[in-house]
Amino acid sequence: MGAAENGGDPRLKAISDAIRVVPHFPKPGIMFHDITTLLLDHKAFKDTVDLFVERYRDMGISIVAGIEARGFIFGPSIALGIGAKFVPLRKPGKLPGKIISEPYELEYGTDQLEMHVGAVQPGERTIIIDDLVATGGTLSAAIRLLERFQAEVVECACVVGSPVVQGECELKEKPLFVLVEPHH
Amino acid sequence: MASQGGQDPRLAKIASSIRVIPDFPKPGIMFQDITTLLLNPEAFKDTIDLFVERYREQNISVVAGVEARGFIFGPPIALAIGAKFVPMRKPNKLPGEVISEEYSLEYGTDTMEMHVGAVQPGDRALIVDDLIATGGTLCAAIKLIERVGAEVVECACAIELPELKGRDRLGDKPLFVLVSSDI
Repeated sequence: MGAAENGGDPRLKAISDAIRVVPHFPKPGIMFHDITTLLLDHKAFKDTVDLFVERYRDMGISIVAGIEARGFIFGPSIALGIGAKFVPLRKPGKLPGKIISEPYELEYGTDQLEMHVGAVQPGERTIIIDDLVATGGTLSAAIRLLERFQAEVVECACVVGSPVVQGECELKEKPLFVLVEPHH
Repeated sequence: MASQGGQDPRLAKIASSIRVIPDFPKPGIMFQDITTLLLNPEAFKDTIDLFVERYREQNISVVAGVEARGFIFGPPIALAIGAKFVPMRKPNKLPGEVISEEYSLEYGTDTMEMHVGAVQPGDRALIVDDLIATGGTLCAAIKLIERVGAEVVECACAIELPELKGRDRLGDKPLFVLVSSDI
């Protein structure tokens, strides 16, 4: 579900307004939602983290998994706020220990997402954080990584995204929570 | 693994939750893996608290974090001390207009970028990364911040590898670390 509608939390407007759209990045036709301007607005950045912490603090979440690299900007603060562990999900070759790997589709070709063996235990309740969801390809790979160790993915959470993910990646029917929808 | 003098009782647990992985990314390197620290919520919180306690009264307006592990430590510090967070990134990741600084690697060079307009003249900045080795990355970050007329107050890392003398490479910029590793 999305939160930035009329009647939504009053903090959401400033969060949405603080996100800059950069046209034609990384290529023509893409309207890139740049969260770096949100990070320059201390109150809006704090409100962003608080909104996620308020949602998840009483849900028995023991793991916040964050997708490299912009998921690292939001995930650890949320983890600290709810008393959970933070697990980085990374591009290949970055994690130094024993890892498992999941492929996911790019527009042209595939990439891999990796997680350390031993980072999650069976039965742990987890959320996955990224700054933005587009096709859901990366989030779907993240869900697969966590489920391979029998962790339970409670929800995927992004700062920006359409509440219903378009395209081929369906997030395996996991709920998706976004704070603000893409600017039009 | 030795720690900073004064021996805050939280430091022992922080040091012991960092995992050393031999021969990563190549033979002979003892890699300091902070992911195990992140799996210990109390130790991770203590890590952030130690930085926040040091910087909260120093009028820091910017926390700059070096991609990618600096993104893990920098934002919680920034949020707690009321500062902006500015990501320092590898090339072509930042979507807006950037300034760039080249720095040396063991073989070849790399480039670090920062958004134009993120840091203003007169900003007081803290630069954060998980670890300082040779200091090359931190030096590039210092240069970027100084190029826009801001002041680097200090560099802050969870771990230092003192044998690599990164501290010397920072010149007159102070370095604060929590844990020092001789391996």
